Amino acid sequence: MTKQVRQLDRVVIRFAGDSGDGMQLTGDRFTSETAQLGNDISTLPNFPAEIRAPAGTLPGVSSFQVHFADYDILTPGDAPNVLVAMNPAALKANLGDLPRGADIIVNTDEFTKRSLAKVGYTVSPLDDGTLDGYALHPVALTSMTVGALAEHDISKKDAERAKNMFALGLLSWMYSRPYESTIRFLERKFAARPELVAANIAAFRAGWNFGETTENFSVRYEVKPAKMRPGTYRNITGNQALSLGLVAAGVRSKLPVFLGAYPITPASDILHELSKHKRFGVTTMQAEDEIAAIGAALGASYGGALGVTTTSGPGVALKGETISLAVALELPLVIVDVQRAGPSTGMPTKTEQADLNMALFGRHGEAPVAVIAPRSPSDCFHAAIEAARIALTYRTPVILLSDNYVANGSEPWLLPEVDSLPDLQVEFATAPNSEDGKSFLPYLRDPETLARPWAIPGTPGLEHRIGGLEKADKTGDISYDPANHDFMVRTRQARIDAIPVPDVEVEDPDGDARVLVLGWGSTYGPIGAACRGLRQRGLPVAQAHLRHLSPMPANLGEVLRSYDRVVIPEMNLGQLAHVIRARYLVDAIPYNQVRGLPFTAAELETMLEEVVKNA
Amino acid sequence: MPESVPNGRAGGTPVALKLTAKDFKSDQEVRWCPGCGDYAILAAVQSFMPELNIARENTVFVSGIGCSSRFPYYMNTYGMHSIHGRAPAIATGLSVSRPDLSVWVVTGDGDALSIGGNHLIHALRRNVNLKILLFNNRIYGLTKGQYSPTSEIGKVTKSTPVGSADSPFNPLSLALGAEATFVARTIDSDRKHLQSVLRAAAEHEGSAFVEIYQNCNIFNDGAFDQLKDPETRDDFLIRLEHGQPITFGADGQFCVVHPPGGFGLEVRPTSSVRPEEIVVHDATVQEPAYAFALSRLPGFDLRNTPIGVFRDVSRPSYDSLVQSQVEVAKAKTTGTPEEEFASLLSSGDTWTIL
Repeated sequence: MTKQVRQLDRVVIRFAGDSGDGMQLTGDRFTSETAQLGNDISTLPNFPAEIRAPAGTLPGVSSFQVHFADYDILTPGDAPNVLVAMNPAALKANLGDLPRGADIIVNTDEFTKRSLAKVGYTVSPLDDGTLDGYALHPVALTSMTVGALAEHDISKKDAERAKNMFALGLLSWMYSRPYESTIRFLERKFAARPELVAANIAAFRAGWNFGETTENFSVRYEVKPAKMRPGTYRNITGNQALSLGLVAAGVRSKLPVFLGAYPITPASDILHELSKHKRFGVTTMQAEDEIAAIGAALGASYGGALGVTTTSGPGVALKGETISLAVALELPLVIVDVQRAGPSTGMPTKTEQADLNMALFGRHGEAPVAVIAPRSPSDCFHAAIEAARIALTYRTPVILLSDNYVANGSEPWLLPEVDSLPDLQVEFATAPNSEDGKSFLPYLRDPETLARPWAIPGTPGLEHRIGGLEKADKTGDISYDPANHDFMVRTRQARIDAIPVPDVEVEDPDGDARVLVLGWGSTYGPIGAACRGLRQRGLPVAQAHLRHLSPMPANLGEVLRSYDRVVIPEMNLGQLAHVIRARYLVDAIPYNQVRGLPFTAAELETMLEEVVKNA
Repeated sequence: MPESVPNGRAGGTPVALKLTAKDFKSDQEVRWCPGCGDYAILAAVQSFMPELNIARENTVFVSGIGCSSRFPYYMNTYGMHSIHGRAPAIATGLSVSRPDLSVWVVTGDGDALSIGGNHLIHALRRNVNLKILLFNNRIYGLTKGQYSPTSEIGKVTKSTPVGSADSPFNPLSLALGAEATFVARTIDSDRKHLQSVLRAAAEHEGSAFVEIYQNCNIFNDGAFDQLKDPETRDDFLIRLEHGQPITFGADGQFCVVHPPGGFGLEVRPTSSVRPEEIVVHDATVQEPAYAFALSRLPGFDLRNTPIGVFRDVSRPSYDSLVQSQVEVAKAKTTGTPEEEFASLLSSGDTWTIL
């Protein structure tokens, strides 16, 4: 039969199933196929902290949302147009996010009395009218997959496990995705077991063919490629981009990179990724704890490497004392905090922006550091390079505040030219620097950067001692002199304050906005999408987004004061708003949510509409 | 990174540097209490360093917090006075990334065994190429006299007015439990012995753990007097010498034997055993149980305290294993780092928009 083909400008699909159903992999593959087609993409994985929560239960549901469009998009989408639910738990956990009219594809094989009971359904929602108003597509995914693989010499369990490929095949057909990359992927993934390559490809084809032949799906969709800047792209997650940024910093500084890290969700992927790149002179050490991880990184920095430590909030808390030592030693150090929902263990696989206060203030003594935050998955690459640049140039710890949303989300990334990346080369001290040229003064500063010389062990004639005790200006000798301490405390603050950072840019296309939305970090996408929505409806609104949180851009005060109202949405209880109010005496309006999930553009748009109309 | 001067043991032809103890004295005023055992250790180290023939710039002392941890300030080498307990971790990062350096850690019983216990055992199990000198005075000195993790049970201090209730660590047993490849003990007041142990430690590839009994004359004076007093020391101290039967006492009247059926070692009157029953000390025994048994000999009153090198076995250092992984990976590259990085960026599934 001939299927109708309908053009769409954007689609949001959510794949949901049990933790063991392979939904992350299915989503990844669909994303890759979609990238090949040239759509703009944004993805949002959402998975439990438990590796294998009890099968079929609500806590065990894992999902992957992909938003793709024929124009540039900023978020993974507020609400799915399509839900693929591999079991009753996946349906129940996600139904609330679906607008009426959405397509729901369910694996009917899993809608057994027992599975339904596990999530509290006494009657199947497929039969009782719960799904009236949705476009329900019941598909016997498991049994059709097993049936399609009957001729394959694999176990029943392996056959059942291939049902995610059946689902992927069906969705790939529905949205006219090119599937060559998935075939190649399966050949690579199961290279050691050719029978699984064949079975998974067969399951994928069966799903595709099912779509083409069944009357259950009468419409096929197309989403044309987006107009994107020419160049070579790849799809990338924030953690991958951040890792590559750190490798790039090593290449561009010509310094070895030393990563000290302790496994922690959601930062471990950076350790995994960097451990693959030894050929660039990257050394990774899985330390005995968070404190040793940063200690080893600082030791490596002292020896002339780019020392890096990666962690999440609880790890930063443990590293605090060593960050303060690095402040006192004035050595380069990059501390990556992939934020997650806290306090304590909190919700380790969910996102939050609640470590800003800790990054800015969470240390003993006056211990200022530079703080920067990436705004999107691919921006993590450039933010990592910027963190390294500041650390190396100004000999200071830099905290890079990523979060789970950008770390695990993905988007297409226009690959940069390596030569266009900043030159991060530094000069080590090689000779005495005192006026008489006879002695070395480890705390004699560069008058421009206020950085002290980086004199690494092995340099003859510059032997010196540094430590956590207060140091006399210039000589670095131990000093308890009151005036010297006052001077050194102020100087350490001044040298952070004096780091030149780019002015904050304001996006206000018509120049007539009276309300400014100020954000930082991963909220860039949802805020941007909300602002676009308002402008399309003729409501002017300006957007400014902070990458540098310490020091803040020099023009920020002026920008804030040129609007009648400033709104600050954050995934915390108002940490940036607090700083802005204190520092600039601006009556900023905080808008806060801490649900472990990113803002939706729609909720921000609704909130901002109120402010704009009443401004 | 600039080419480092070969440190006399790694690469190049060793050149006699002709350094003296004076070369290792920094311009900083030494600020320990008068009479502190640390002075003797500092002097012994400063006069020993020249014999290593390692350039001062290639030597780094890293310390934590405590009286002993002021040590780096007084050495005219590179040095870092870091934070409480963390010196082994910081030194690990330095040593792994700079295998050309000779890295020494100076620590104390509180620093290494209480707040920093975790880093110590992990540095030892990894066999990081560090020389770790633990000054054990069995008291917290810098915080003015609280009991430490090596204080004897029942110790009356400011924080334990009716006596401490916790059993002490035996630092050597702990190090051996972590399978440290070099474990030794010496005493602050015996410069000759101290330097002989430092010599063996410096020659060791990997972690060398040296416990130095050090007298705190302010808060725990005389803690090791039995081992120093000419009247008692010969009967209390067991001077271990590799390849020699373990006998001690002013007249060699005591010896160490391995009793049949027992787990460990015991001290017996020499006259009561056949000569072949006396244990011949072998620091190279791979199985740590032997050195562990030695470490268990001392009694509550420090009777039967072995000093010298308990264990000195060979195992690749963490530094060398990590560095070789990097070197192997680098050797496989063909392009410049920029070219290699460009190809890394474009690996995986990419697409091009014209």
